[in-house]
Amino acid sequence: MNRRNFLKGATTLSVGASLIPLSQLLPSSALAASNETAVVVIGGTINSLDIHRSGTNRTSYQVAINCYDRLVSFGTKQMPDGSLSYDYDNVQPEMAESWEVNEDGTVMTFKIREGATFWDGKPVTAHDVKWSLDRAVSLGGFPTVQMKAGRLESTEQFKALDDRTFQITLPFASKLALPDLATPIPIIINSQVAKANATTEDPWATEYLHRNPAGSGAFKVSRWNAGEQLVYERNDNWACGPLPSYQRVILREVPAQSTRRALIERGSVTASQDIPNKDAKELAKKDGIKVVSTPIENCIYSLCTNVDFEPFKDKRVRQAIAWSIPYEKIFEQAAYSQGMPMWGGTDEVTSIDWPQKSPYELNLEKARELLAQTDYKDGFEVPLSFNLSVADWAEPTALLIQQGLAQIGITATIEKIPGANWRTIALVEKKLPLHLENFGGWLNTPDYYFFWAYIKGNLFNSYNYDNPEMTKLIEETLDMAVTDPAYTPNVKRMIEIAFEDIPRIPLWQPTLNVAFKEGVEGYEYWFHRQMDIRPLKPA
Amino acid sequence: MASSLATPEASTAAPAREGYWQHLRYIMAENPLTGISFAMFIGLIIMALFGPYLVPFDPVATGAGPALMPPSPAHWFGTDHLGRDVFSRVVVATRLDLMISVSAVALSFVFGSVIGSLSGYFGGWTDRIAGRLMDTIMAFPLFVLAMGIVAAAGNSVENIVYATAIINLPFYARMARAEVSIRRNAGFVQAARLSGNSELRVLFGHIFPNTLPPIMVQISLNMGWAILNAAGLSFIGLGVQPPTPEWGIMVAEGANFIISGEWWLVVFPGMALMLAVFTFNLIGDGLRDLVDPQRRT
Amino acid sequence: MALGVKSRRVLARLLQAVPTIFGILVVCFLLTRALPGDPAAYFAGDMADEASIEQVRKNLGLDQPMPMQFVTYVGDLLQGDLGVAISTGQTVAQELAKRLPASLELTLAALLLSLVIAIPLGVLAATRPNSWVDHLCRFLVTAGVSLPTFFTGLALLYVFYYLLGWAPPPMGRLDMMFLAPETVTGFYTIDSLIAGDWALFKASLAQMALPVITLALFTLAPIARMTRAAMLQTLASDYVRTARAAGLSSRRVLIDYAFRNALLPVVTTLGMVFSFVLGANVLVEKVFAWPGIGSFAVEALVVSDYAAVQGFVLSMALLFVSLNLLIDLIYTLIDPRVSEEE
Repeated sequence: MNRRNFLKGATTLSVGASLIPLSQLLPSSALAASNETAVVVIGGTINSLDIHRSGTNRTSYQVAINCYDRLVSFGTKQMPDGSLSYDYDNVQPEMAESWEVNEDGTVMTFKIREGATFWDGKPVTAHDVKWSLDRAVSLGGFPTVQMKAGRLESTEQFKALDDRTFQITLPFASKLALPDLATPIPIIINSQVAKANATTEDPWATEYLHRNPAGSGAFKVSRWNAGEQLVYERNDNWACGPLPSYQRVILREVPAQSTRRALIERGSVTASQDIPNKDAKELAKKDGIKVVSTPIENCIYSLCTNVDFEPFKDKRVRQAIAWSIPYEKIFEQAAYSQGMPMWGGTDEVTSIDWPQKSPYELNLEKARELLAQTDYKDGFEVPLSFNLSVADWAEPTALLIQQGLAQIGITATIEKIPGANWRTIALVEKKLPLHLENFGGWLNTPDYYFFWAYIKGNLFNSYNYDNPEMTKLIEETLDMAVTDPAYTPNVKRMIEIAFEDIPRIPLWQPTLNVAFKEGVEGYEYWFHRQMDIRPLKPA
Repeated sequence: MASSLATPEASTAAPAREGYWQHLRYIMAENPLTGISFAMFIGLIIMALFGPYLVPFDPVATGAGPALMPPSPAHWFGTDHLGRDVFSRVVVATRLDLMISVSAVALSFVFGSVIGSLSGYFGGWTDRIAGRLMDTIMAFPLFVLAMGIVAAAGNSVENIVYATAIINLPFYARMARAEVSIRRNAGFVQAARLSGNSELRVLFGHIFPNTLPPIMVQISLNMGWAILNAAGLSFIGLGVQPPTPEWGIMVAEGANFIISGEWWLVVFPGMALMLAVFTFNLIGDGLRDLVDPQRRT
Repeated sequence: MALGVKSRRVLARLLQAVPTIFGILVVCFLLTRALPGDPAAYFAGDMADEASIEQVRKNLGLDQPMPMQFVTYVGDLLQGDLGVAISTGQTVAQELAKRLPASLELTLAALLLSLVIAIPLGVLAATRPNSWVDHLCRFLVTAGVSLPTFFTGLALLYVFYYLLGWAPPPMGRLDMMFLAPETVTGFYTIDSLIAGDWALFKASLAQMALPVITLALFTLAPIARMTRAAMLQTLASDYVRTARAAGLSSRRVLIDYAFRNALLPVVTTLGMVFSFVLGANVLVEKVFAWPGIGSFAVEALVVSDYAAVQGFVLSMALLFVSLNLLIDLIYTLIDPRVSEEE
């Protein structure tokens, strides 16, 4: 009986003293429809409950989102299709009820929310915030890099003035600092619990927090079977937002994509996170299922031409390739028309919207003409590589590009690269001549995208592109406020150079697709692409 | 193929070549499935040899028709998600698949049975070392070992063949060893030894042919398994590189379309694969009947 | 005396396993190191810089030279430390303890189902060679083995879950309604029976049904065919002929003489089949979201998670060494020729 107490709350029927097993009272489809429990299926696996730990994968970020609070968060906006999205331009309080920025923009002072407590009842103080941010910049790896993006690099920048006042000092003003505090990384951890479980070798309690979250967030983790499921249980004392509608959310890991599709179609689950484009298109037409597809901000699926590869040193060869791609067909057959086309724009850059359409489109004559002006008029051979983990869109895309290139005499051989090697070969060693890439920036400004993708040596410049003018522009613009008069012209120029030099050929802007049981409301798209279960409302 | 395998003089009266044909005819008559399987095998060979010249469409050309069209007179087996003609791909894939399975099984049969026979016959250190080696390979779940090899060496057709050959090695070795060791002191072996045959000659001339019947069954199963193995590797992304048509990868990709109702993507390559595995399995039976000295009269 | 010989044999067989295990350690260590890709870079995360990758590399001990890494690995192993599987964030020992029973439950259930069906089929076919019964048996079992397991699995899932709704949602070992029984054996079916919980037993059995059928279909053929082939051989042998000539009942001849001798190659095959099933498990586990050891290994292999792959292989090695030992013992017991030599 004890075992089942766990799910007692799941049932809307009264079990009472009856010993009839739950399974007979409540088929699983009824469970999924239940107003208190949601079942979400994902393809990935949760490998840690601590986002700061080295090796924590992307899927696990959602624990940081649902179980912890940050100082600030983003507001909500409505997309043209009526769906909801977070709003990058609207930073909202979360654990900080208010904040002030000094005159020159280098000192930010936050007031911690009154009455906010951790799950164990201890009040949240500025000292907890200090300890948590210190941890994020000290542990190394991804959290430290992400903090650095917001100019948060050392523990000396963080000060707890008193229990409820927390201060951050920046080396210089940056528009990225505040939004960076709203990413999943700078979470507030119960430092008392953490310190009690720290050791001399492990002063930041990574071993403990890896398995035992200690936060103040809307949900607690009531159960984690690694490789199987994670169960969230609502924290009824959550102080930082409206109480979530679901009492419990069961997150199940189902690796096979067809199995996930069968589950949502049969109504066995409440939601299926991150479904392929084909399923998104087809499921949207079915009764009882709602599909929300949101274009992923600051993300473009692109074909990259490595300038270390001899023929690609010539700008005209790169342009010729950009003119030889069957964009339309790729968008139809690889993206199933989900997303935003990123080709066929105007010759002149008129806005700083990003991503925006490149001036290229399928024009074989132009491509041949450009190629004929170069030393490579008779074509050449080049391997075309893609990451196996994204084969669902990359493989058809690569095949269609291969045929496009064949039209202008370039022979491409396709090479699938397993996920573990991809990062090293493509991003670190940067030695793939021609490859498909899917970088998207968390902080939604074009200059942030350009910073990662167009400065030599930076991670997502997997094609060794180096242009002094571009580098200088980006460095000048990165921390500049968007209201600065130089901002718009600078970004415009960056886009112009990017399209002229075209080391990275934009194909389309992808979407994040999530399928829900009909009637489930409140889903909001986030840049981190994980499910924020807090605002979900049952049918 | 059958007669070459059975050449060693296993039975007391070495039959003349025409005896084999007679025997073959007898077996065909006795077992219609074997006859059918031989016919299907010849069909497969023809497809492998001439398939690429006979198909209506280029198997790798996208847009041979609209994407995801069900079977029609223009595209007998329908088209896939890139508008490629499934019929052409299924036919052209025959050559590669036969090549993978035949070469993998041939490699493991030759090396495995030699290792196994030697260790079964001589025993001692030969047996111990070979035995440990085989145990080491056997200690890995086969598919996982194949995955490991292909993941480490890179996913090319050759590596798939090598991986398949390596994982099958112990089956032949163990089987040959078991069969040889129970016969090494049998009467006919003693007799052969007494009549002055060298040890190796006794082993490969007299004992080894007797181990063939069970090994034949193994070969026939392995042929099929080799293809299935390649298919499994494709399912987890370690198969041949696209756009090469191969049944395994087509079934693996098509499997993702089962739930959404595009059955033709998986059913036709699946049928081809099944037919091939079927053929190999049935042929194994036929071969066993053909080479089994005790069934020959 | 005979017992003394046998126990000496057992001991010798156990000693033989030592070099095998060492060989496995070496092969596995080298294989994992040969995996392309840089685990340090992978686990440092997408956005990591050079310094943080270095740090991860040091944490993983990958900055040491190879022989040192091997010595450290074996040393840790002797202390029972299998390391941490970075891909799942758990210690390898924990992962194995949890996942091995899941896979074994599936595998053994499939083998059992398969044996119960295949051996009678094989005997039946052998007693009536080339009859329609024989052909039908061949046809059926061959059909089972001729399709990739992931295809069979998905097809069964499509029909019995998606279309008919008879099978429960394919989401692992138990429906969301249930919690796992107290761990005794790690087999949910057995543990739930020990706990006396019929509903739980039924639920875990229901989850197992489709994957077990999928795997059993795949293993029918090797067992049935080997039984048939071996039976045919023994039925045609001199001693069976002699027994027949001596006027023994055909039932006795079949069971006492033919079947007992035919079991020999069948048992040998069983070891191989077991190995095949565990391999096929990898694919079936993926289709049915079964939290077993196969899917764990695939994940680990894909991301070059050394500790996980090594731990997985080591446990497999021990499993197989003991299995082979068992088979050798059975072999000794049922083979009259072997015992006569002693």
